Amino acid sequence: MSATSPDQIASDIDDIFDEENSIPKRQLSYGKITSDALWTNNAGLVQLLGLCPLLAVTGNVINGLGLGIATIITLTCSNLIIAFTRNWIRKEIRIPYYVLVIASIVTIIDLSMNAITPELHSVLGIFIPLIVTNCLIIGRAEAFASKNDIPRAVLDGFMMGLGFALVLIALGAIREILGSGTLLSGASIMFGSIAENWTISLFENYQGFLLAILPPGAFLVMGLLIAFKNIVDKRIKAKSV
Amino acid sequence: MKFKNKTSPFYNSTSNVNGIMLQVLYALMPGTVVMCLFFGWGILFNIVLAIIFALALEAVALKLRKRPIMPFLNDLSAVTAAWLFALTLPPLMPWWIVFIGIFFAIIVAKQLYGGIGYNPFNPAMVGYAVLIVSFPFEMSQWINPNNPLLSFTESFTLIFSEATPEWDAITMATPLDEVKTELRAGTDYSTIVTQSPYLKSASNNTWLWSSLAFALGGAWLLYKKIIHWQIPAALLGSLFLISSVFYLFSPASFASPLFHLISGASILGAFFIATDPVSASTTPMGKIIYGGAIGLLIYIIRTWGNYPDAIAFSVLIMNMAVPLIDYYTQPRVYGQSKNNKDKQ
Repeated sequence: MSATSPDQIASDIDDIFDEENSIPKRQLSYGKITSDALWTNNAGLVQLLGLCPLLAVTGNVINGLGLGIATIITLTCSNLIIAFTRNWIRKEIRIPYYVLVIASIVTIIDLSMNAITPELHSVLGIFIPLIVTNCLIIGRAEAFASKNDIPRAVLDGFMMGLGFALVLIALGAIREILGSGTLLSGASIMFGSIAENWTISLFENYQGFLLAILPPGAFLVMGLLIAFKNIVDKRIKAKSV
Repeated sequence: MKFKNKTSPFYNSTSNVNGIMLQVLYALMPGTVVMCLFFGWGILFNIVLAIIFALALEAVALKLRKRPIMPFLNDLSAVTAAWLFALTLPPLMPWWIVFIGIFFAIIVAKQLYGGIGYNPFNPAMVGYAVLIVSFPFEMSQWINPNNPLLSFTESFTLIFSEATPEWDAITMATPLDEVKTELRAGTDYSTIVTQSPYLKSASNNTWLWSSLAFALGGAWLLYKKIIHWQIPAALLGSLFLISSVFYLFSPASFASPLFHLISGASILGAFFIATDPVSASTTPMGKIIYGGAIGLLIYIIRTWGNYPDAIAFSVLIMNMAVPLIDYYTQPRVYGQSKNNKDKQ
């Protein structure tokens, strides 16, 4: 949701200034980065970043998967470039610089998707260019890539993207099953003609539950997913104590 | 002789949730009976099914939330919500659609928010909104009241079996739908009224009679002081006012104010739904604003929207505004000066 991004960035800037005054950070371990990105600090379920595409395109699994892959590529590339150039970019100009880098990457992905999978591109439509405004990407650039070395930044970008994509796929799957009673419908748009009959119909004569496909359904399912994650966390905590 | 040592205030109210809900149920009786007379057993089935599902789901939710079950089931709030919800459904709804609606009303709108007293949205209307958004076809199948009524067993099989009835043969558009479609097609309002099977004579207009019966129930609630006059008066007043303005402006292309008042669920909504003690505004001035805004929204959604009736959406939208309205309409405490409010 692009409207929330200024706040997000502002808080991130504060974080950096606070941290620079304190002792130098120790480098995070790769395992910690992965578990943070996939679960503890998941982009979709905990940070609630990039809700706009998350809620808007997850009407079925394939759309979720398509946008998920695009986000993973963007995030990995942008983290790589920003970590690579982090020592040369002055603090004053870093935000325009991030936007430029991210916008270039997204443009490349947008044009390649248009060339490779035009149908999927037309379904996802405006949400591919809008990845630029996904606060997850600029958030990771600001909060992680600009402060860590290249391997860590790339791993963080990939894992954060993967965590986001998994939420997209889960939301897409639940909404598709509830809404139209199928799974993987339109897989051929993405995987070509071999995927023609991948579509699974789970129920006979399913009438469809329109609410799940419509935006309110996205919010409801999202809320339930977050609640589910909180329950799991609570159980884990109760066990470890 | 020993005196009871009570602190003030000394007024001893005997009203409780159970008593209030019971009065609301009494007040719903006349309207329910009239609807059953016109639409047959389907209405009764809807109500009974909705109440059974509501009580069962409420019990399950309370059990999961580790709350005492019987006190909350006995307060009749679930029964009232289910009853109101059922009255908004067309007869002969398949049982599973009723279940989905009640699930969203009781579990999502009420128990997930913390049970009775904590729900910001009117549970019955949340259930209705979910259904009208998800199953627009089934939700518009109102039985033609001029047909011979279906027998008990016929209704039973239609509700519980997989077979879909011959909808076209037994149903017809509601007056609201009919008038909206015809007005959009460019027909003159006075022509629609003379042609419509509902509107051409008062005795055919089922909605008029059920509205009158609900108004009777509403009067009972006002007399018993269960509800206050502000919300119904403001709601019906603003609906009447805005529809008169448009009707006077162009009598051919807008429906008459009276039509808006007696069609659909205007009366039911004004006396029973918008006055829900939990989700409605609570200050005297706030109630007027709340009711008036609902009336306005009803007219806007009915006239320019695509859904058959507008009560549910209007009430839900205004439910969202209730905290704001209540904040700005705090009544002045007796003895306090008028511009003392900010210093509190």
